[in-house]
Amino acid sequence: MRRALTEFLLIFICFLLQCTVFKWLSLGGISPNLLLIVTASCGFMMGDTAGLFTGLVCGLLVDIFFGDYIGLYGLFYMYIGFLDGKFSRIFYPEDIKLPLFLIFLSDITYGMFCYIALYLLQGKFELPYYFMKIIVPEAVYTILISVLLYPLLLLIHKRLSARERGIKDFV
Amino acid sequence: MSPLVKPKGEKFTIPSKYILLLCSILCVALLIVTYTTSGFGNAVANVAGFAVIPFQEGISNAGAYFGDMEDHFRDISELLEENRELKAKVDELTTENTNLQQDKFELSTLRRLYELDEEYSQYQTVGAKVISKDAGNWYHSFVINKGSEDGLAVDMNVIAGSGLVGRIVTVGAHWAKVSSIISDNSSVSGMVLSTSDNLVVDGGLENYAEGVIEFSKLNDKNNEVVEGDKIVTSHISDKYLPGILIGYISVLNTDSNNLTKSGYLTPAVDFMHLNEVLVIKQLKQTVEEGQDG
Repeated sequence: MRRALTEFLLIFICFLLQCTVFKWLSLGGISPNLLLIVTASCGFMMGDTAGLFTGLVCGLLVDIFFGDYIGLYGLFYMYIGFLDGKFSRIFYPEDIKLPLFLIFLSDITYGMFCYIALYLLQGKFELPYYFMKIIVPEAVYTILISVLLYPLLLLIHKRLSARERGIKDFV
Repeated sequence: MSPLVKPKGEKFTIPSKYILLLCSILCVALLIVTYTTSGFGNAVANVAGFAVIPFQEGISNAGAYFGDMEDHFRDISELLEENRELKAKVDELTTENTNLQQDKFELSTLRRLYELDEEYSQYQTVGAKVISKDAGNWYHSFVINKGSEDGLAVDMNVIAGSGLVGRIVTVGAHWAKVSSIISDNSSVSGMVLSTSDNLVVDGGLENYAEGVIEFSKLNDKNNEVVEGDKIVTSHISDKYLPGILIGYISVLNTDSNNLTKSGYLTPAVDFMHLNEVLVIKQLKQTVEEGQDG
């Protein structure tokens, strides 16, 4: 329960920051995708179920405010959270390389989803352009931010796990 | 053994793939519902708006502060140079202005004679602040801090300075979502001010990076349109009021069919640094309510 509430608060804060502060701090018109960092890290820290729920909440939040149709981004984020969750077995908190790599890969996947669903179906075939101008810069910027954000997420995760274990031992 | 029950766990758990399937079905259902009905998405956004908008407004102010700081450091030398140029320009313009004042006086008397009144300045506008922008990098919609309580409605035109920004697509009690004309899913019916030739202005992600907007289907038989001409919204647009400045033609090409022309225009609005906008509180009058096209 406590974990769910914390996660929700985290998503909410990241959504607010992503739409406001990071739009002001955008580089070349590209801003990082904080919600994806949260979704991906929830996935590989806590497993695929947690990942897919976090993704769903993140996506629906984006949909409600900026999507034309509710559910599209929900699907994108949910599948990314789920797929990241599949890596929870080889995740070790001490190793930062795998999380960063996964977040990078997730952002590229997210970009490809967006391109296919929103642009390719409109008949816009210039994938190399979109790839180099939107998808890769967004992923790189997101990685830079996750270097800062990830330790914080890990700390929260560790605290919550310690607490849950504590309660279990007590009972 | 049913696949739904894990043998080891003491609690009843559903495998994640079933949850994924369920949630996928939920999302697809939501997609279909919002696609087929128009009010549903708006209602949900309205409810969620109550929770999110106040925070966005506050953070946005802080964000603007940081953005300003960044600009400060970058631009000081540029500003000094610009300031010198501008001062010279002010002198020049003051002289010009005096002449124009006289002309204007003459114009207004003549207008009164013809009982024609300038439409553009008559529109009642309301100022609003941009409080948040699209979460992704693919579209360019944003949220402003005024809503239906302030008299705004869907399809009202949004301008900044003297140029067209976009139109309202969703409206809540104290906020409204604006879709900008540079967005990839937007196109505006425009016309060349000097010749009244119609054209279509299409927003696009690719051109946005270069600071231009594409236009096409310009029918200019007599080759009168030149680069630098003003493009304004046309009379035949069903969402946009006529005569709002969109931008200036920067590149003009003849299409391969030799009948129409296309090219690029430089928008009159700086979309990168959009902080405050004006909403025109007058809706375009249409022949039939709710007709698209």
